[in-house]
Amino acid sequence: MTKIIFISSDGNETAVEAADGDNVMRAALANDVDGIVAECGGSMMCATCHCYVDEAWTDAVGARADGEEDMLESAACEVRPTSRLSCQIRIRPELDGLIIHLPESQT
Amino acid sequence: MSYGVVIIGTGQGGFQLAASLRQEGYQSPITMVGDEDCLPYQRPPLSKAYLKDGRLDAIQLRPASFYERNSIDIVVPERVTVINRASRTVETLTGRTLPYEHLVLATGARSFIPPIPGLEAAKVHSLKTTADANDLRDALTTSRKIIVIGGGFIGLEFAAVAISLGHQVTVVEAASRLMARVVSEPMSETFRVFHEQMGSELVLGASVVEVAVGHDGLARGVRLSDGRSIEGDMILVAAGVRPNTELAAAAGLQVANGIVVNSSLMTADPSISALGDCAAFPCPSSGGMIRLESVQAATDHARTIARRIVGKSVTYDALPWFWSDQGTLKLQIAGLGQAADEDVAVVRPEGRQLVFRFKMGQLLSVETINAAGEHMAARQLLRHPSGVSLDALEARDFDIVGLAKALKEPG
Ligand SMILES: Cc1cc2nc3c(=O)[nH]c(=O)nc-3n(C[C@H](O)[C@H](O)[C@H](O)COP(=O)(O)OP(=O)(O)OC[C@H]3O[C@@H](n4cnc5c(N)ncnc54)[C@H](O)[C@@H]3O)c2cc1C
Ligand code: FES
Repeated sequence: MTKIIFISSDGNETAVEAADGDNVMRAALANDVDGIVAECGGSMMCATCHCYVDEAWTDAVGARADGEEDMLESAACEVRPTSRLSCQIRIRPELDGLIIHLPESQT
Repeated sequence: MSYGVVIIGTGQGGFQLAASLRQEGYQSPITMVGDEDCLPYQRPPLSKAYLKDGRLDAIQLRPASFYERNSIDIVVPERVTVINRASRTVETLTGRTLPYEHLVLATGARSFIPPIPGLEAAKVHSLKTTADANDLRDALTTSRKIIVIGGGFIGLEFAAVAISLGHQVTVVEAASRLMARVVSEPMSETFRVFHEQMGSELVLGASVVEVAVGHDGLARGVRLSDGRSIEGDMILVAAGVRPNTELAAAAGLQVANGIVVNSSLMTADPSISALGDCAAFPCPSSGGMIRLESVQAATDHARTIARRIVGKSVTYDALPWFWSDQGTLKLQIAGLGQAADEDVAVVRPEGRQLVFRFKMGQLLSVETINAAGEHMAARQLLRHPSGVSLDALEARDFDIVGLAKALKEPG
């Protein structure tokens, strides 16, 4: 299990244990973390799973997936260099302690 | 005290309505009644990942704690049997009576089983629920010769999965091309070539007229309208769906290919709304009555109804979009192209394919394969108030991403 820390737009922190191989969007939903909508269930169709990867973690998380850039354009909140679709971040042991910031809204 | 909102159906749309109501600050009770014995889940993975891995936790929309935390009462498994409009109550199969202030019909649709001799008798499969998908997964543990009746999205997604697992697959489609009801001819053709290359046998322009059933009650094959016979030991019926409208009709609400609602998703009874697969609503662009079977429609309908219930003024004007994953092809559709009188197919590098669909020179819809950027640009352009013309796209050599950028920049 890998630890992921979600920080909501108003500063609320929730730490969850997630299974490797799952994605960050799934980890948020399964643990009832507010702030991720994920309407398309991870099919990269909706951009309602937008998140900001903490600056300290961007290298470890890696680059955006094919097509992710284009989907992000329709995200409800500001897109920053650290923006990712959380359904496209696969959880692996190296990401233990990963900090994810959640935007104010998704729709 | 208000009796609050009662939602019939715990699918994608019912869930979204409950979630959106709380997000909008709705404080009265919310009760969801559903006849499936589980928390709300997503259906799209049933013909994709879930068919292979069977992980219910991976398709559940939210965990149980979400509903507790948000005071959303989920009553499952329970079936609503009667709507009493005069007393504003619904009755359930186990004899409960639930009062409502607002009632929302989110009853979805059920698989259509065509009246083919033998089909009733044979143990055939359909694919709508987790139970259906589990049955299919079990059946696929031994090597099969599968016949899929219907060459639409679900039949083809299933065929792609079954072939990749090493089974033999024949898809029988009565129309002359695949997904004929919803995609352009060039798209149908691309998918025909793709599925044949993957190893599926496709029979187009012929329908199944009889199913042969063995002594064990299992299907042994089918006979086609052109006289041919196909052997098989497993049948999936994927011949479309029928909206669940009986409750509404019995309550005297108008039904015409769906429960009829207005542009704010309200039936003729102002305390009853309908959404998603079961609702026939005015198309925001053509004005004609349509019914869509998509996650987009179910969730956008739900958000519209939630806003109306909390007192905001609403008109449903969302742009339809849809996707289908078949093998390595990701089909994405923006807009509705059924009324098109002209299609322009464009091939781009890296296997990206686009079909632009026009009516009288105005862009109606864009279908793309493995081209997320173009799909998103299309979604943006199709929302543009003055629309997009064939001329404007031709002038840019169909560079839709460039055109979307140009229109976005002011001036
Ligand atoms: C296999 C499959 C793959 C799909 N793939 C895609 C895809 O890739 N992309 C896409 O956009 N869409 C896809 N869809 C369509 C999408 O899942 C539906 O459009 C969406 O689920 C509709 O939501 P809904 O709430 O209207 O209905 P549903 O999600 O069907 O929910 C309706 C619920 O109401 C219940 N119900 C009905 N009557 C009663 C009653 N009287 N009392 C209690 N409960 C009742 C039903 O049992 C059901 O649980 C797919 C559907 C299937 C089946
Ligand atoms: S869940 Fe829809 S894009 Fe990530």
